[in-house]
Amino acid sequence: MGSMFRSEEMTLCQLFLQSEAAYTCVSELGELGLVQFRDLNPDVNAFQRKFVNEVRRCDEMERKLRFLEKEIKKDGIPMLDTGDNPDAPAPREMIDLEATFEKLENEMKEVNANSEALKRNFLELTELKHILRKTQTFFEEAELHHTQAMHDPSLTEESLGLLGEDIHRGQALKLGFVAGVILREKIPAFERMLWRGDQVNKSVFIIFFQGEQLKTRVKKICEGLVLGQTQDHRHRVLVAAARNIKVWFIKVRKIKAIYYSLNMFNLDVTQKCLIAECWCPVADLDRIQQALRRGNERSGSSVPSILNRMVTRQEPPTYNRTNKFTQVFQSIVDAYGVASYREVNPALYTIVTFPFLFAVMFGDFGHGFIMFLFGLFLVVREKQLQAKKIEDEIFGMFFGGRYIILMMGAFSMYTGLLYNDIYSKSISIFSSSWYPIDPNTNKTYSLSTLEANNQLQLHPIYSNQLGPYPFGLDPKRYFKKPLNIFCEFIPQVVFLASIFGYLVILVFVKWVKYDGSPESTRKAPNLLIGLINMFLFQGSKDQYMFTGQGHFQGFLIFLIVICVPWMWFVKPLLLRHWHRNGQQYQPVLLVEANGRALLEDQDEVIYHDDTPSHKHDDSDDEEEEFDFGEVFIHQSIHTIEYCLGCISHTASYLRLWALSLAHAQLSEVLWGMVMRMALTMNSQILGIIILPPIFAFWAGATVVVLILMEGLSAFLHALRLHWVEFQSKFYDGSGYKFQPFSFDNLGEYGIEDK
Amino acid sequence: MVLTIKEFSQIVADFTGKKMVSCPICGPKLSICCTLLSIWGIVMLSLMGVFFQIHSAALFEDIPFDEAEFHNSSMHFTDYVHKQYEKTALNCFIAAGIYLLFFFFSCTQQRMNAKASYEMS
Repeated sequence: MGSMFRSEEMTLCQLFLQSEAAYTCVSELGELGLVQFRDLNPDVNAFQRKFVNEVRRCDEMERKLRFLEKEIKKDGIPMLDTGDNPDAPAPREMIDLEATFEKLENEMKEVNANSEALKRNFLELTELKHILRKTQTFFEEAELHHTQAMHDPSLTEESLGLLGEDIHRGQALKLGFVAGVILREKIPAFERMLWRGDQVNKSVFIIFFQGEQLKTRVKKICEGLVLGQTQDHRHRVLVAAARNIKVWFIKVRKIKAIYYSLNMFNLDVTQKCLIAECWCPVADLDRIQQALRRGNERSGSSVPSILNRMVTRQEPPTYNRTNKFTQVFQSIVDAYGVASYREVNPALYTIVTFPFLFAVMFGDFGHGFIMFLFGLFLVVREKQLQAKKIEDEIFGMFFGGRYIILMMGAFSMYTGLLYNDIYSKSISIFSSSWYPIDPNTNKTYSLSTLEANNQLQLHPIYSNQLGPYPFGLDPKRYFKKPLNIFCEFIPQVVFLASIFGYLVILVFVKWVKYDGSPESTRKAPNLLIGLINMFLFQGSKDQYMFTGQGHFQGFLIFLIVICVPWMWFVKPLLLRHWHRNGQQYQPVLLVEANGRALLEDQDEVIYHDDTPSHKHDDSDDEEEEFDFGEVFIHQSIHTIEYCLGCISHTASYLRLWALSLAHAQLSEVLWGMVMRMALTMNSQILGIIILPPIFAFWAGATVVVLILMEGLSAFLHALRLHWVEFQSKFYDGSGYKFQPFSFDNLGEYGIEDK
Repeated sequence: MVLTIKEFSQIVADFTGKKMVSCPICGPKLSICCTLLSIWGIVMLSLMGVFFQIHSAALFEDIPFDEAEFHNSSMHFTDYVHKQYEKTALNCFIAAGIYLLFFFFSCTQQRMNAKASYEMS
């Protein structure tokens, strides 16, 4: 049974795997993805491990596959992705795979080298062909010029062409030429050189190719057809490879991941079996056992693998089960800090509070509706979009948050209806049945009514601060540490209850005591002023709502003042006292509680400290050295932050109000500046002409500015309110994430061991 | 709706005397964008037209009000305002109609693009 409220109960387990069954067992566990192996040889570097050879072979195979993939991509051949997930192949299959890849790679390399050489040949020949063609036209032109010049002596020097002058003098001069190709950027330098050469001796060289030679060249060009054949072959090989490459990738990465995990295991003395330690959720122990049994059957080993639970003092990893809906909310919380083990998980509340706080700042039915439609599109077309594998980063972000977008859109529609804002326009769905009578004029609602009536002035701040505070303090968090209950939890609750709890009570008292009639409305006190006066000891008699309120408030102030040093000094001083007397109080409690609990539900319990093979992590288990200065400073920071936070966080929630106003104003301004311009056109024809383009502009600005930009800003503010104002009240977030060995995230393995 | 699009594209094809597949004017993304915009335009402008038609008070600021014209016309204030409301409503309805045409246009563009990409692959 998965619960979101607290993370899964985890246990450290010891696994004994027969060496012949280890591979298949780990492969089954990888498919299951519920086990996090601990590295039992952290001191051994990567090259000294047992299966380093296999890992290296996998690396080599992966390199070859990547090479093939690159070639396939270069040729633009679509890679077949059937999406099926092959099992990790048996170890002996690895040799076959290796041979296949070797063959393919060699073939590719050969083909590449061949085609490279042929291409170079082809280029050379093409160059030659062009030279021949160019020189041919050149000579033809020269001949033409020659004849022209003969007939028309009035032509100027420049128009005579390059050879003009020489040819003009007649065929008597023996001319030679050299032709060739030259890089474009070298042309000016070449020209200059030639020109200089010209200055010295005005001779040009001509080399005539013999007809024979030209013929052979042309023949060779025909051989370029071979090139086409080579390319065909290359294409065929690549198409065949493209069909399987995804599956190969998965297979190789699975093998590599398995050996990578096997490297973390210990060999026992007899070399017959491998010992592994792993974290796994208690609720899934059965499934893990089943997977081990399957693995054993597959390997044909007769000796079963053994899974033992162990007791340890180490903090287990935090594992929150998520589904596609809760995942994004969990990741919002995890981005701030992963919950400590078995701590209250704020993600559960975030599912509702996050979209709600967002919507308070984004309250507009129209904008919310567009956002809702976008989210709905992403959710409904989920499967198709996932299959498309669009690798656009921004789209990926939106797609990952599709459920949160859907929720935010829906909540914004709700708050938009409450605010009665639809693209800054209001509608009247039902008329108000609330008509306060103005006590002065005995007429209905006017502006002065609002000023006179305290009930109508009820500030949004009252309703917001109630939410997180009282429940935010999680007593269970302190369960194993009674000191923290007396020195942190109780004073914190008393502190909050004396200020805000009291204010809540006052709100209800005010509601009950004053009935809304003009008389009582005039008499009703202002609560916020009352709260401030309570701290200043300035309350006047007529502002009190019950007898003895002044004394009661004095008592509350006394409590508040007491709570501060209580929170601040008691814990560090007590800790120091205990430390001096040499009392080990906390760890003892912890182990006893844990050990007994485990003993009850399982007979086989191995005490972690007893096993000699784990000497290395003893240092992790030991309590840290006691340092009074550090503890005291830590406690001071916490206390000051807590007390100041009560004020500053209250003020911080005002951003809800400010942003909702800003959003409403901005959409109002956009409507007033853009749409109104087109609608209030005096000339009807002009109005008709400009209305469609103006609407398009307004729609574009609405999407870009009001939905995207304002949405982003409201999102960030909601994020901040959750991280700082909400979670800082109760959330420790000092755990570490459970990262099970799973074939689902194979890509990560590739990077990890680089 | 599908039928009308088909008919429309047929009419366009007859009119231009060309095959539809020949050459789309907008790209695939632009045509989708235009389709969405025109759907929004049709819905919103016709709704606004309805609200202007029923003299919705929230839209009072959005009607043209020419004081000189009002004085010259010697109409009753309410009558004048109602006349302006209806004038604006008509504008909105016409704009919605324009967007309806635009919708057909962008729809055919999109279909052309879809066809083209289908033939490509």
